[in-house]
Amino acid sequence: MAVLVDKNTRVMTQGFTGAQGTFHASQGIAYGSTYVGGTTPGKGGTMHPELNLPVFNTVAECVAATQANASVIYVPAPFAADAILEAIDAEVPLIICITEGIPVLDMVKVKRALSGSKSLLVGPNCPGVITPDACKIGIMPGHIHRRGSVGIVSRSGTLTYEAVAQTTAAGLGQSSCVGIGGDPVKGLDFIDVLEMFLKDDETQSIIMIGEIGGEAEVRGAEFLRKENFGPGKPNKPVVGFIAGATAPPGRRMGHAGAVISGGKDTAAAKMEAMASAGIRVADSPAALGSTMVKALGR
Amino acid sequence: MNIHEYQAKELLRRYGVAVLDGHVAWTADEAVAGAKKLPGPVYVVKSQIHAGGRGAGRFANDPNGKGGVRVVKSLDDVKAAAEAMIGKTLVTKQTGPQGKVVSRVYVEDGCDIKRELYLGLLVDRDTSRVVIMASTEGGMEIEEVAANHPEKILKVHVDPASGISGFHARKLAYGLGLEGKQVASFQKFVTALYGAFHELDCAIVEINPLVVTGAGEIVALDAKVSFDDSALFRHKDLEALRDDSEMDPKELDAVQNDLNYVALDGEIGCMVNGAGLAMATMDIIKLYGSSPANFLDVGGTANAARVTEAFRIITSDANVKAILVNIFGGIAKCDMIATGIVEASKNLSLKVPLVVRLEGTNVELGKKILAESGLAIIAADNLADAAQKVVAAVKKGA
Repeated sequence: MAVLVDKNTRVMTQGFTGAQGTFHASQGIAYGSTYVGGTTPGKGGTMHPELNLPVFNTVAECVAATQANASVIYVPAPFAADAILEAIDAEVPLIICITEGIPVLDMVKVKRALSGSKSLLVGPNCPGVITPDACKIGIMPGHIHRRGSVGIVSRSGTLTYEAVAQTTAAGLGQSSCVGIGGDPVKGLDFIDVLEMFLKDDETQSIIMIGEIGGEAEVRGAEFLRKENFGPGKPNKPVVGFIAGATAPPGRRMGHAGAVISGGKDTAAAKMEAMASAGIRVADSPAALGSTMVKALGR
Repeated sequence: MNIHEYQAKELLRRYGVAVLDGHVAWTADEAVAGAKKLPGPVYVVKSQIHAGGRGAGRFANDPNGKGGVRVVKSLDDVKAAAEAMIGKTLVTKQTGPQGKVVSRVYVEDGCDIKRELYLGLLVDRDTSRVVIMASTEGGMEIEEVAANHPEKILKVHVDPASGISGFHARKLAYGLGLEGKQVASFQKFVTALYGAFHELDCAIVEINPLVVTGAGEIVALDAKVSFDDSALFRHKDLEALRDDSEMDPKELDAVQNDLNYVALDGEIGCMVNGAGLAMATMDIIKLYGSSPANFLDVGGTANAARVTEAFRIITSDANVKAILVNIFGGIAKCDMIATGIVEASKNLSLKVPLVVRLEGTNVELGKKILAESGLAIIAADNLADAAQKVVAAVKKGA
């Protein structure tokens, strides 16, 4: 077991013949994942010149022909919301959007379309999802991962890689890594992924990496307090980190969602909420692996 | 992107939002000419800067004088007020102690104010919908009201599928204690404001205060509008409203070079790939006893040219005593970054210590390029090692 993706995941790519779609699909295939085809409107009926996989005009056609059950989106930002909506319409169970810079009001519409649909969305503005040795969807460097027991959920791509490298070095490895993305309006949030990790047998511990802006980490911590810690609960060790302790208020720090706008959205407030819920907060981004080793009592 | 009050009002007027008549002026004479087109006898002269708290703010050259927004009753006083503002530095709660230079003023019609309210629109992350917030505490900062009297903030969320509806406005209007024809006027106002927010891809629209006039009309006394930067591609006309003089010159330089950069006041310049890692790098510098001079996400497509631009902007800050490059290559390839670092160091004849930590895609190749460059680059093995080495380099130099 793992979460979201495994050996049975059949991946299609939207924006398939573009530079990004081509490169990352080839990396995913090289990693051993099952990529089945993709879409580029206007090129339907052809074969991808480098990957020798079928290209379709529409997602619905691609799904019907390839039985794809996950779609990854590398479509440029002005057209990305439309691409997500098309995948929702085609009832793709898992949609992963890598694209950065989608207008917020476009995502408000997408979020509305997701409710009551048959699809889950990861991202946008995220590195993707990987289950080591089984399936890699997204832009993360595959070689740093090792199949193991730590579930990682994060708003930041490169900080996820940091957590991966440190847990690999500590000999723990990862069950699955989910980058939920740095945008304010997005698909899965901390609680959704944490819930999956708690139910997943292979995930024996969790690293949760947040950043300034919004209160999703606070709610994630509250969720863990109720559902993870205490008698009769899973009690999986959880390590947390929040980036942006030194960020000035009111300034957007790269990610569209990373801005302190008052209330419980500072790094300090989130770390406090995490600690009080029973999460071990790493004081440094270099101590994610070592804090987990301590939390596991090894 | 932020814009000035007078620009915001001009835009909102086009969408049917009730605003007062007014004219922008770059000189005192223009201010008088603008005032002559208004009915009078009361005028308001308002400093135009991208920061709130202008009324309570004071000018640096006249700290005990009047504020950045003045109500006057004659054309002579319009002129005197404009002269006291234009070209002067206004310091408010939001500008920081250095203040901002007022380059233009807005001369507006006076207004018979019966009540002052608050109205704000933004995208609520919790519900993923546009939220309309209203409060009876007009003129106060909404963050302050939220902290001290959260019960005084009324909220309605708009379902994007059905859009704004009459009940949204009525719920707020009756909650604010409006009555009679005020309710209809408010409904018209809110509906138009939501339309503007939606059409223009706004990030925030804040009307504070929103006033009820003696005649029962609802009018925007102030207006703050900012746009979603990600949506500007479909609003090319809004680019003309950008005021570069309101930005830090280094940040402006970075924007023009498509780099994500935020100037800070520390001593270690940072170049990192990824926003989260860039923030974490700032945090770890602080943890090891120094402070970051900037946030800089060089992005996934970093090449030699981008690294050179990034280094040039970082080193244009005189406070920078050392540079930390922290790259965890995913899309970004370490060999490409390393080549960029070597070229940039030579081109810019770098004078401060440079610590480089490379990890991820093509890391061995990247390390080899740095080692063979003959440059005095301090190599670091991991994030903690990098932070330790760069802080030590700064302390040694001090």
